[in-house]
Amino acid sequence: MNDILRHKGWSWGFRSTVMLYFIVLIALPIIGVYTKSFSLGWNAFIESVSDPLAWKSIVLTLKLSLIATLINIVIGTMVAWVLNRYRFIGRTILNSLVDLPFALPTAVGGLMILLLLGPNSLVGNWAAALGIEIVFHEPAIVIAMVFVTFPFIIRAIQPILEELDKSEEEAAYLLGASKGLVFFKVIFPVILPGVLSGAMLAFSRALAEFGAVVLVAGNIPGKTLIASVYIFGEVESDNPQGAAAVSILLLTLSFLILWLVNRVQMRRNAK
Amino acid sequence: MHIEVTGLNKHFGQFHAVKDVSFTIEKGHLIGLLGPSGGGKTSILRMLAGLESPDAGDILFHGRRVNDLPPQERGIGFVFQNYALFKHMTVYDNIAFGLKIKKQSKEQIRNRVMELVELTGLKGFEQRYPHQLSGGQRQRVAFARALAPEPQLLLLDEPFAAIDAKIRQELRSWLRDLIERVGITSIFVTHDQDEAIEVADEIMIISQGRVEQKGTPWDIYKQPQTPFVASFIGESSIVENIHELRGFENASDWLNTKALIRPEYIEIGQLYEFPIASATEKGRIKHIHFRGSEWMVEVEVRGNTLITYRSLEKEVLHPGDDIVVLVHRAYLFNDHDSWIMENRMKEDPMPIHI
Amino acid sequence: MRKLLIPLTYLVFLVLLIVPLIKIAFGAWEDGVDGLIHAITRPEAVHALMMTGLIVIVVTLLNTLFGVMLSIYLVRGTWLGSRLKQLLNSIVDLPFSVSPVIGGLMIVLILGPSTTIGAFFESIGFKIVYAFPGMVLATLFVTFPLMVREVMPVLQEIGTQQEEAASTLGAYGWTTFWKVTWPLIRWGVIYGVVLTIARSLGEFGAVLVVSGNVMNKTQTATTLVYQDVENFNVVSANGVALILVAFSVALLLVMEWSKKRKGVH
Repeated sequence: MNDILRHKGWSWGFRSTVMLYFIVLIALPIIGVYTKSFSLGWNAFIESVSDPLAWKSIVLTLKLSLIATLINIVIGTMVAWVLNRYRFIGRTILNSLVDLPFALPTAVGGLMILLLLGPNSLVGNWAAALGIEIVFHEPAIVIAMVFVTFPFIIRAIQPILEELDKSEEEAAYLLGASKGLVFFKVIFPVILPGVLSGAMLAFSRALAEFGAVVLVAGNIPGKTLIASVYIFGEVESDNPQGAAAVSILLLTLSFLILWLVNRVQMRRNAK
Repeated sequence: MHIEVTGLNKHFGQFHAVKDVSFTIEKGHLIGLLGPSGGGKTSILRMLAGLESPDAGDILFHGRRVNDLPPQERGIGFVFQNYALFKHMTVYDNIAFGLKIKKQSKEQIRNRVMELVELTGLKGFEQRYPHQLSGGQRQRVAFARALAPEPQLLLLDEPFAAIDAKIRQELRSWLRDLIERVGITSIFVTHDQDEAIEVADEIMIISQGRVEQKGTPWDIYKQPQTPFVASFIGESSIVENIHELRGFENASDWLNTKALIRPEYIEIGQLYEFPIASATEKGRIKHIHFRGSEWMVEVEVRGNTLITYRSLEKEVLHPGDDIVVLVHRAYLFNDHDSWIMENRMKEDPMPIHI
Repeated sequence: MRKLLIPLTYLVFLVLLIVPLIKIAFGAWEDGVDGLIHAITRPEAVHALMMTGLIVIVVTLLNTLFGVMLSIYLVRGTWLGSRLKQLLNSIVDLPFSVSPVIGGLMIVLILGPSTTIGAFFESIGFKIVYAFPGMVLATLFVTFPLMVREVMPVLQEIGTQQEEAASTLGAYGWTTFWKVTWPLIRWGVIYGVVLTIARSLGEFGAVLVVSGNVMNKTQTATTLVYQDVENFNVVSANGVALILVAFSVALLLVMEWSKKRKGVH
């Protein structure tokens, strides 16, 4: 057995199989979507992306993703800090629960929000009485996005907080700094790269989110229709070129963010 | 195993790590590759093991070219700098690994492992995991593991680097005795000259990818062939204006010649302690440092600071004291050449004084 | 500060994670035990769950095999130039930043019935898009980075010395892998497997686009939940969702456990 496997042909075969798999599965589809969007020419591409509904869906996606990311920066930093610095009952359970949105199907996440906040639910009725509409409106989309991107920032900051040298803080206290000052002047600058790379990952995930949003958004064109749902609609109505055109806008944006995240992380590693 | 290496070269990208290295090693010898870090010692060792392939040159074991032989078939034992013990295996399984690969019987493996466990003083630790051992114990396991398949050549990469200074001393003599007992040809890499001098039969000084000198520790110490070797082995002070020192005036016959002077070439004391006053220089004590078993003295002579040692039994000196210095010899070098020059006055004082 | 932050953290978890989880758990019982049993024993539900199970198995096997091999090549392979390695290394992450819907769309665009490749396969009786193979491909695409990103750092961390030690002791590649490398990366691989299972279990967008969501044919558990909600059949959706939630929570526990084991070595 070993003698057979030692033969050069085997390793060559393994290598080419794996490389081929890699290229066919990842690289080819991405090239495919870029070529398809220009398959009917430049004009068709412009037409597809300048469709007002397409535009509005992209702008809406960007706006809501940004809001969701900002919310996550605040609560993510707080949660990471509390889980790292304080010892209290239930800490380990909460720490494990952080990953729940990763483990849970996003469609189920959407269903949860729908059940909790939808019409006929306790919160839904209560909000409706106050004149606030949640489900099938923008707030529900933001909540869905916050839910699915919840772990990113926490998981990005936690390792940095763990590595943080306590003596730096202690030095600041000895120099007479208050707790708040120490947090903003000593700790926050250190965790900032983590916050940023976590936030960018969360943002790109929010841009891409489909499952959780499609169930709660109502998907009213021009109002609550986000980009990924718009693309889905175009595919359903048999307009793959239009879907591809909007896709590459979203894709290019995501790749840009991914590249930025890599840069931030590389700079951090270089330090 | 008799080893012959000719014209060995290795590049890593743009970096020329090993340059035209040639040497032979006799069967049963213990060789130390000594030199500063990044000088190519480890690369030479890895090429001997087959973990790295040379760009040019031949490696011969027993007269047979082994360049194209994979490490699995070279019959060598390798002790890594950080031991590279298999973390998920017990001491027993680590040592038995090479024997299992050879498909030896359970009984044979057991006997060989127990023999090595006994030899390396690891009895009672067979079922421990590497992370439950001290640094010195891990080193012994790595050593036993490398010896288990009865290799003909043992290669050790900085075998003592990761061990506390105190235990290092003990392990050195242990290793030396053990290698002598097993009678295996061994090569070890080190950047610590004390270690090389103490352990090796023969030392190869390697710097910037070249072999600077090969010889017994005593030869290298006594007769350094390049300025690098002279400055690397032992302590020394550099003297720029050697021809101004009494007894070394002839040095001015060569242009741009500097000198290295070792502490033990220098004697200091009061004038009456020296029979030949004309060979001595005047000096002044700059600093003295207590070194546990002796004094280290910095003495200023004609603008140069020389370092020497002085017995605790002798009269205690103080900074600022005026003193007489005798330089017995100096190691002279310029861009082309290097040689040892004795103090002329010391050798032949008679004609001048009578 | 502490007195304020800890309750606030609890509040965040309660509102965002715990209460929705409880709501799903109880919502499924709204029509009583019979309602729940009916919801999950409907033929379409049984079929959808089977479909999901099948996808999870196939995808996990393939992704583990190729993910581990690719990681080894990217970390250890000297036959790949360092430039090429860097390029491949950055491509690995791409599926993370691609919306699953777009991931599905890509497969439709390349292998759909109206394309050359798709038409060719269809002519030899092998349907890819709107069939099981396409759904597997879509899930493979989205889960691709999970294994590689878990295994690569572990391989980098353990370094090459132990493998080199094995080779000087006479072990060849295959033996070295099974006796030395595998035991060291095992927990990283298991963690990657758990992540892959979780992701393929829950994949929705990509599968929805590729499958066409045909009941009793290409419907998975998540797309069934979607369809039930669209049909205002929330209680049925809830029943299927409850099964998914149960699996997810179980996976979360395994995740925590393997994370701890991973840290031991």
